[in-house]
Amino acid sequence: MDMNEIKEIFFQECEEQLAELESGLLRLNDGDRDPETVNAVFRAVHSIKGGAGAFALDDLVSFAHVFETTLDCVRSNKLEPTQDVLKVMLKSADVLADLTNVARDGGSVDQARSAQLIRELEALAKGEAPPAAEAPAPKAATPKAASAPKPAPVAAAAAPNDEGFVPVAFSFDDFGGEEEAAIEHPAYEVIFKPKSELYTKGNEATLLLRDLSRLGEMSIHCNMDSLPPLDQMDPEAAYFSWKVSIKTDRGEDAIRSVFEFAEWDCELELIAADAGEGADGETEELPMQPVPFDLSALDEEPHAPLGVVEEEEQIAAAQAVTAAQTASNVVQMAANASRAAAADKGAAAAAAAQNNAQQASAAGQTIRVDLDRVDRLINLVGELVINQAMLSQSVIENDSNGVSSINMGLEELQQLTREIQDSVMAIRAQPVKPVFQRMARTVREIADITGKSVRLVTEGENTEVDKTVIDKLAEPLTHMIRNAVDHGLEMPEKRLAAGKSVEGTVKLTAKHRSGRIVIELSDDGAGINREKVRQKAIDNDLIAADANLSDEEIDNLIFHAGFSTADKVSDLSGRGVGMDVVKRSIQALGGRINISSKPGQGSVFTMSLPLTLAVLDGMVVTVAGQTLVVPLTAIVETLQPDAAAIHSFGATQRLISIRNSFCPLVDVGRILNFRATQANPVEGVALLVESEGGGQRALMVDAIQGQRQVVIKSLEANYTHVPGIAAATILGDGRVALILDVDAVVAASRGQPLHLETSLAAAG
Amino acid sequence: MKKKVLTVDDSRTIRNMLLVTLNNAGFETIQAEDGVEGLEVLEDANPDVIVTDINMPRLDGFGFIEGVRKNEKYRAIPILVLTTESDAEKKNRARQAGATGWIVKPFDPTKLIDAIERVTA
Repeated sequence: MDMNEIKEIFFQECEEQLAELESGLLRLNDGDRDPETVNAVFRAVHSIKGGAGAFALDDLVSFAHVFETTLDCVRSNKLEPTQDVLKVMLKSADVLADLTNVARDGGSVDQARSAQLIRELEALAKGEAPPAAEAPAPKAATPKAASAPKPAPVAAAAAPNDEGFVPVAFSFDDFGGEEEAAIEHPAYEVIFKPKSELYTKGNEATLLLRDLSRLGEMSIHCNMDSLPPLDQMDPEAAYFSWKVSIKTDRGEDAIRSVFEFAEWDCELELIAADAGEGADGETEELPMQPVPFDLSALDEEPHAPLGVVEEEEQIAAAQAVTAAQTASNVVQMAANASRAAAADKGAAAAAAAQNNAQQASAAGQTIRVDLDRVDRLINLVGELVINQAMLSQSVIENDSNGVSSINMGLEELQQLTREIQDSVMAIRAQPVKPVFQRMARTVREIADITGKSVRLVTEGENTEVDKTVIDKLAEPLTHMIRNAVDHGLEMPEKRLAAGKSVEGTVKLTAKHRSGRIVIELSDDGAGINREKVRQKAIDNDLIAADANLSDEEIDNLIFHAGFSTADKVSDLSGRGVGMDVVKRSIQALGGRINISSKPGQGSVFTMSLPLTLAVLDGMVVTVAGQTLVVPLTAIVETLQPDAAAIHSFGATQRLISIRNSFCPLVDVGRILNFRATQANPVEGVALLVESEGGGQRALMVDAIQGQRQVVIKSLEANYTHVPGIAAATILGDGRVALILDVDAVVAASRGQPLHLETSLAAAG
Repeated sequence: MKKKVLTVDDSRTIRNMLLVTLNNAGFETIQAEDGVEGLEVLEDANPDVIVTDINMPRLDGFGFIEGVRKNEKYRAIPILVLTTESDAEKKNRARQAGATGWIVKPFDPTKLIDAIERVTA
């Protein structure tokens, strides 16, 4: 793994954190005051900042830093997360997302916008948090009472905060002329007296001294005067202190930084050698023996935590301490102790390890898999399904008895294949949550531009659907949301006049219904102005001036190409994208879209989409000797036409009367040019289908072969687009069958030529 | 024998950076995603040194350090804390929980390895 791959991971992680951030902020916005929610939000920004810092993404770091600081105020209850505060934060989350995208893909962000938000965030942090409140609590900075036998009050007082080491005048006379005579580098005296805490926090005097020795030539004297008799000795207390003379050109700071981790837990005195000259003989109280310091011994010894001492070993350890003459002896002692402890605990540790492994595997775990691999698997399972169907068919053809063990085995195989297929599809299934969250941002932006106050309510965001469907859902949804806010909701004053709350509500819900996902987008706006829509349609020659249309039909006019009721083209709708494009992209996903609207109460758009684009439940039919598959979702019912129910209409049109209403009859064989003349309806079967605009048509086919699930194979990918055909599949007998594009066929029957756009383009 | 490092961090990015840096420096690396997991794998991992983040879900760095120090076997293991700024308050809290030292993020490989060497034999 190299840095580029880690960077890739970082951006993936950013996306997750941004989603986490947004959903957390939205929960806070809804009044959630769970501290864990605030923490999660804080962590998300913190994580992004941390990673961005590692890659020197400075813009991202500095924005995240300001954001984090403000969030920290919320976290520590210095800032109340009111709606106004959250509004700023949600916008900041958007900017953070933009900055992340720019860091990944290049480009530029709206500098003015982020600068403005930085100011707002800083104002929030300052307004509620006086600088004094941000200073560390004094208690935290106070050193713990020293439990070392001889705490030196001067040194303890000299460390009131983390940087506050104050050198204390120190006198010595034992170290004199000979060291100073050889000076090439400045010489320092270091008195290092660890407290017990130093060891309990995992620091090691020997390691620190080793580190120190790397700075230059030094000699060490160990003072063991405080060592009590064995029976009074606490094996975990600190009894030794060291006096080090070192010559280094690295300066005092380098010496201090060696003790950086230990400065609270030891008494440390550091004096430049010349500063100490002439002082009186304090060292007489601490007579020191020169100790040979064997660095190589230190390096060879295994790591030996002094704190690890079992009861039994305490005696041994204590004896070792009594016998200790040198610093390296201490290391030896501890090493023995830890080795013994390790042996004792071996069995227990092994048992505990097993326990832990079991616990770990019980927790819910996820793995990240490359999408290509999943797709390959899905493709292979598709082949398996086809192969299994072919095998079944040839066994049936060759086995006239029908009840053989092979047949039973095949049935089981079929069952298993189906289950494998479902499981594989489930891998691709993902909750619609990310798309819904993106909509929250869209709503905020449009609300800002239009000056409307809007609340987005989402429901069922954990509803799962194939990833391909999710990816392709974002664009039409975004456009519909724009429409809902821009055209659907009224301006605040109008809402007030209509007795509604100033804040408009846009609701987005997802649910599973009979093997499809149904997404509903509703608003509590004014509803569709049917008069206006009708007039517009007449003006645009979409309908005749005297056309008699039902309310539903009028509503559905908005899906016609180039239709727009906005009096003036606004920022949002002026993008040349109309509801017809939305409808077409939904249809391209094998979905349907409908609208229902109540004047004064709002509109509801209902989209119904397949859960996957890889398989389809279809009705296998015969048309002029060809086998076709009609998507089951399009079929309302099938019927055997009665000669009396067929009525001619005009030169070529025919109608079928079904329960006292007339429905145009569409000869599929004619439309697809499978035959030159119209088939006799009485000899075939009529499939009643619902087509775009809600109207029904009866598709004439010759016969129904059966229903089955088919694996969709894209025609575009393997051949080329064929008008009226959505995709292809391979049937059990190995033959290719074409999947009918119902809407295209219906449109063609109305006299419109078969268009290239209307197809299940995404199929397969 | 390779020294074993247990890293505890909820950020996948940081986990990977730690992994690469430590492996390149010849350490054996065991990773956990938060304090709870860190404590779970502790016995199994039997590390020589621990590097932990502070801000984590479920159990943060302070809680994790306290948990490690409660364990008889690991109460003197060196624990290094990853902090973003040289935040004195955080450093202090970490120290009081029993941290041995700290590494300021964004860490560079040298800083990380230096700090680890400083606390391990």
